[in-house]
Formats: sequence, C-alpha cells, structure tokens
Amino acid sequence: MRTDDLIDQLATDPRPIREGAVQRRFLGVAVAGALAALVLVLVWLHTRHDLAEAMTGRMFWMKATYTALLALAGFWALERLARPDGAPRRALIFGAAVLVVFVVAGLTQGLLSTPEQRMIMLRGHSWTVCAGNILTLSLPGLAAALLVLRRMAPTRPALTGFAAGAFAGGVAATIYGLHCAESTMVFVGVWYTLGVLVVGALGALIGRWALRW
Amino acid sequence: MTETEARLKALMLLGLDGDAPAYRLLLSLLGGRLRAYFERRMRDAPGDVEDLVQETLMAVHTRRATYDRAQPFTPWAFALARYKLIDHWRRRKIRVTVPIDDYVEVLAAYAPEPGSAMDLERALDTLPQRQRDLVRGVKIEGLSLAQAGARAGVSEGAAKVALHRALKALGERMRGRADG
Repeated sequence: MRTDDLIDQLATDPRPIREGAVQRRFLGVAVAGALAALVLVLVWLHTRHDLAEAMTGRMFWMKATYTALLALAGFWALERLARPDGAPRRALIFGAAVLVVFVVAGLTQGLLSTPEQRMIMLRGHSWTVCAGNILTLSLPGLAAALLVLRRMAPTRPALTGFAAGAFAGGVAATIYGLHCAESTMVFVGVWYTLGVLVVGALGALIGRWALRW
Repeated sequence: MTETEARLKALMLLGLDGDAPAYRLLLSLLGGRLRAYFERRMRDAPGDVEDLVQETLMAVHTRRATYDRAQPFTPWAFALARYKLIDHWRRRKIRVTVPIDDYVEVLAAYAPEPGSAMDLERALDTLPQRQRDLVRGVKIEGLSLAQAGARAGVSEGAAKVALHRALKALGERMRGRADG
C-alpha cells in the first residue's frame, strides 16, 4: 500500500481520545481485578469470621496499607511504562522503598522476639498457602492489565510485565486481607511480599513475549 | 526544529480531539520526517524504509492514547520509531549472515558521503603495508588478484587470503565506527 493511501485511511474520522486515557484504563483494570478477587474470596476462601472486629484493629489496616501502596507503585510504574518515552525510575524507587520499609518492619519484629515466637509468627496459620492464594486471586487482574497493555506502547516488555504483576498482586493481596487472619508484621513482611513478587515475576515472564508489538 | 515541534504537537492535540484534516496533515508531515529518520539508519536496506514508515504511522495511530498531552510530541513519536527500528534489526539479525565481500558494498555505499573517503583512508592506514597495497590494487584501482599479487610480490593464492583478511579487518573497523 502507498503511504499516502495509508494516511488517508488512518485519518478518516479519527476517534477522539479523552485526556488521561492511560490512567483511566488502568483504574478500570484495578476495579475489575479487585472485583474478581473479591468474588473469589467470597465464594472460595470466605471472609475471616472476625472481619467486623478485625476492621477496628491496627494490623488489619497495616496489611491493607502495605499491599495498597504496592498496588499504587505498580499503577504509577505502569502509567509510565505504557508510553514509549515514559521514565519509570521514580515509580520503581517508590515501590522498592515501600517494600523495604515493610520487610524491615517484619524483620525488626522478628529479631525482637524469642526464636520460638519468631517461628510461630513466621508460620502463622497459613504460611503454606498465603503466596499461592495471592497469586490465584491476582490472575484475573494480571490478565486484564496485560490485555490493556497490549494496546499501548511499552518498549520494555519484561519490566512492564513485572509492574503489571506487582499492580495486580498488590490489588489482590489487599482483597485477600478480608480472608487472611494473620496479624504479625513478620508474616506480612515475608509471605505477602513473596506473594506479590511471585505475581510480578509471572508478569515479567509473560510480558517478555506478550508485550511485543 | 522547535517550531516544527510546536506545530506537530498542536496538530496532534487537534487530532486527539477528532479533527480529521489536522490529523491527516500531522501524519503526512510526520511521515516525511520518519522517512528521513529511517533512511539515515537503513542504508543497507533502503527497500525496508517505507515499510518502517508505514508501521510507525500505524503505531502512532493505534497507540495514540499513550501520548501524554502535557509532554512534547516529537520524542513520543520517535520513541515509537526507534522501537520499530530495533524490532526490525532484531528480526533481521536472525537471518542475515554477511559474507566478507559484502563489506565492499557497504564501503562503496558510504563513499558519496563527505568525509567517508578520509575515513576509508584512515582505516586503510591501520592495515599492514602488504594488505593495504592489495586492497588499493584490487578494490580501488581495479587490478586482478594476480596483478596485485605480483605487484606486492606474493602469489595469487596468498594475495587472495591476505585480501580476505584485510577486508574483514577493514569491515570490522568501518562497522565499529558506524556503531560508535
């Protein structure tokens, strides 16, 4: 085809693009991912029995704050990485800082305890399933994020996939807090972090080939 | 340059709001600049230039939602072009293995450019005396291998081997310069 013909074709009645289109789409992904995770919690895992009481406690919101901040970092990084000329550096530094603060808080709590207490906190009641549950809950959101990204213009597929995973993982882990009754920083710092990072790694793996255009 | 940027950006903003004539003008102005961009970088495969121009224009169109209205337009558009160019090279690299003699064509293609004759001279100067004479004789003066070999005082077979090595070294040197 001649280039002029192509231009004529493309320029015929271009659909208007609203301002903030990128942010809007990722917000949509966050809502869809959260709803899907919520449905999975309600029908599969069920909410914790003491949810109403737990919501008045500090630890419930501490967990939610950590994972929501990870999701926010992922959102910010995606908003940059979805553009061909976007610089994700500050978003990545923010995400790393959030992670370090909460992991260090967990380590500190662990080091201040006796070895037996430390092991009890580390295992909690659900250490074998925590990361896996977060991964499962995040899959719909991850798929949605990758589908949206395929129509954008990321130039760093693996890193963008990782950000998509951290974003979806953060959202899913926040919803997972409605089910998970663990209430120590040790547990959250280790297993929630691991869960979100696993989703990030999966996103990077898929992104490597799915985010080429 | 900055005047062009202001003009392109204004057209892009109109296009994003659905203004078809402004958008068409944007694409054709951008097309010209993209052509120049790819021509500069694709001397070895000029036949692919127009494909890349079209692929980039299509990417500009289908991915225009990723343009941030607060940012300049040119870096965004050429970031798309660069991605397409790198992708093109990556796909190419798998198939193409370049025989040594092709470097002669590469060198010839560089020739019309001002300064390249000097580059070639400088690259030649880094070769050993005998190799330099052979390259001059065969590739520049047009002598046969036997003639050039006789002039350098070696057999035709030895001349062939030496010339092969010289062209390889020369090609690497020229290519290193183009990459740098």
